[in-house]
Amino acid sequence: MSTTITNPTVQTVSPGLWALAWRRLRADKVAMIAMAIVAAFLLTLTLSAAGIIAADWEQESGVSYAPPGFIGADTNVAAKVEVEAPPPENPLDPLADIIRELRKQPDADQAIIVNDYGIPDPLAKEMAEIRAELAKSGKAVVADRLTTLPFGADKWGHDIIKKTIKGAETSIVVGLVAAFLATLLGTMFGALAGYFGGKVDDFFNWFYSIFTSIPYLLLILSVAAVLQQKGVTTIILILAFTGWTGPFRLIRAEYMKHKAREYVWAADAIGASHWRKMFVHIFPNVSHVALVQVSILVVGFIKSEVILSFLGFGVPVGVVSWGSMLNEAQNELILGKWWQLVAATAAMAVLVTAFSLFTDALRDALDPKLK
Amino acid sequence: MTAYILRRLWQMAPTMLGVILLVFFLFNWVGGDPAYILAGKMSNAEQIANIRTQLGIDQPYYVQLWIFIKQIVTFNFGNSWSTGEAVSSIIGTRLGPSLTVLIPLTIIETLIAIALALAIAFKRGSLTDRSVMIACTVGMSVSILVYIIVGQYFFAYKLGMFPVQGWGNHFAENLFKYSALPILIALAVGVAPNLRLFRTFVLDEVNQDYVRTARAKGVSESRVKWVHVLRNASIPIITHVMSNLPALLIGAFLIERFFSIPGIGREVILAVERSDFPVIKAITVYVAAATMFFNLLTDLLYQAVDPRVQLK
Repeated sequence: MSTTITNPTVQTVSPGLWALAWRRLRADKVAMIAMAIVAAFLLTLTLSAAGIIAADWEQESGVSYAPPGFIGADTNVAAKVEVEAPPPENPLDPLADIIRELRKQPDADQAIIVNDYGIPDPLAKEMAEIRAELAKSGKAVVADRLTTLPFGADKWGHDIIKKTIKGAETSIVVGLVAAFLATLLGTMFGALAGYFGGKVDDFFNWFYSIFTSIPYLLLILSVAAVLQQKGVTTIILILAFTGWTGPFRLIRAEYMKHKAREYVWAADAIGASHWRKMFVHIFPNVSHVALVQVSILVVGFIKSEVILSFLGFGVPVGVVSWGSMLNEAQNELILGKWWQLVAATAAMAVLVTAFSLFTDALRDALDPKLK
Repeated sequence: MTAYILRRLWQMAPTMLGVILLVFFLFNWVGGDPAYILAGKMSNAEQIANIRTQLGIDQPYYVQLWIFIKQIVTFNFGNSWSTGEAVSSIIGTRLGPSLTVLIPLTIIETLIAIALALAIAFKRGSLTDRSVMIACTVGMSVSILVYIIVGQYFFAYKLGMFPVQGWGNHFAENLFKYSALPILIALAVGVAPNLRLFRTFVLDEVNQDYVRTARAKGVSESRVKWVHVLRNASIPIITHVMSNLPALLIGAFLIERFFSIPGIGREVILAVERSDFPVIKAITVYVAAATMFFNLLTDLLYQAVDPRVQLK
């Protein structure tokens, strides 16, 4: 009778949570594509933050509202752009009458130098002289402005592609850092509430009920109203301060479940401190919940940042984000300059779609029970 | 039942107190000295001291807190700092326009989302189901701002099908003329997330035993869908729609701002822009109270729809 003795060296190690999750994630094609897109955005972000790309976005490299290269391929557009038909009348414009009158004025001397509103510039001659002076003194080297750019230019002639990359940097950094901070806060509170229970739990639940009874956006706007100063740090703090409730609820539930398990008792028996039990023993077992929460919050926070910046409560003047781009684009659209709107919208839509799909896949991979 | 309601109301007290404390902490402590905002650019020390006495902010904090609580209970928040209008009258007059947009919006949005959710959840995993889900994800990833900007530009400005913005004096004019485009745009934004959520609610029901039983006894598929499943799936749907109502009041602020609808949401934005603290404070406290009240109402309705639920 021969008994097969399993050789301890070839005994298969049962894969851990992360290895299993990674295996499930890799089998999911959509998730892998989404992950690649998110990674591409993060790479762009890193390069732009390091100043390798888009560092010169503020350089006025094109004429004002230079059209994208693929619609205005004519190299001689400089003159054409200026005689372009004036935009249609804006029915809401209180100055509509005045503009109409100004447009009517036949102006033989000053020929065809017409600005975006279709009005001859009365200071055109003087401006030309000043520019000539400046060029002579050599102080302000006005580079030749391009008449078309690959994806057009904004009012000041900034390259839209570089501007979008720079805007992505702001929006994504705000989303990531705020989501991380909010989850950190939620995890700390949730760990304390779930682990200690009793009075501590009551206190944090009270805190939670306060924050959830005020609608999220109202809370953000209230904090923005109070904090007067604008800045990237401010907006990160606002989002983190208001966004911790989601992670708190889930992490608290996890800690309540885990604190009664044998491994925590074992840790207790060898004299581990509360802190050690909470964050060295239990936390690794609930960290996947925190990771999914970060991922969910990033998407929400990027959207919130765009809205806040659009309203002017977000990033300060001089910092570009997708929200401030949309703010400019709103007025440009009436002039028929759609490229900034499309660029910011498309960049945001691609990132948010990829991130949401990735988050869904991550949640399914880490918590197969949920499916 | 009465005992339950009374106990729930009693339990709200600490939360309400917490909300009051949070708002007080934000506006009276973090917010700094509002006298400088009120006095304007040309001010002297005497004026500032005067304003401080008027507002009561030269008093110790516990007195200020007491003033604030009295304001909440008596619905008297004084006047707006920027327009001088009484805060209670601001809230009163802005509620109507907000509701004119929000009530039809909520009803239509919920009905469309329920119908679509039932339609696609019964074909789970099919091409239709998957493409609708992908369309929802992509649709939700475009910022709400873009829907409004493009919608307003295209339908109102370019095609002239709707007024670009504005608000009239007659209810019918407001509802059919001025609210039509805002509601359509809000529908385009709001149906997708609701549909995704409601679909999961329906999916929880389609595999239940009672569905199999109903089919086994020969009930038609549409009856299974619209009577058996819908009745059960409506419980979480009601909870979701009801508890979201107060938040919607604020959530529509972008729509109200773009279309110049004089509602609560637009008032909040204006107040934040003008540092008009009394208005924001009042709206925050009352919306929080409304949220808690609606949560209670949801639980009561829950029992009415689902006899299995016992309120204790």
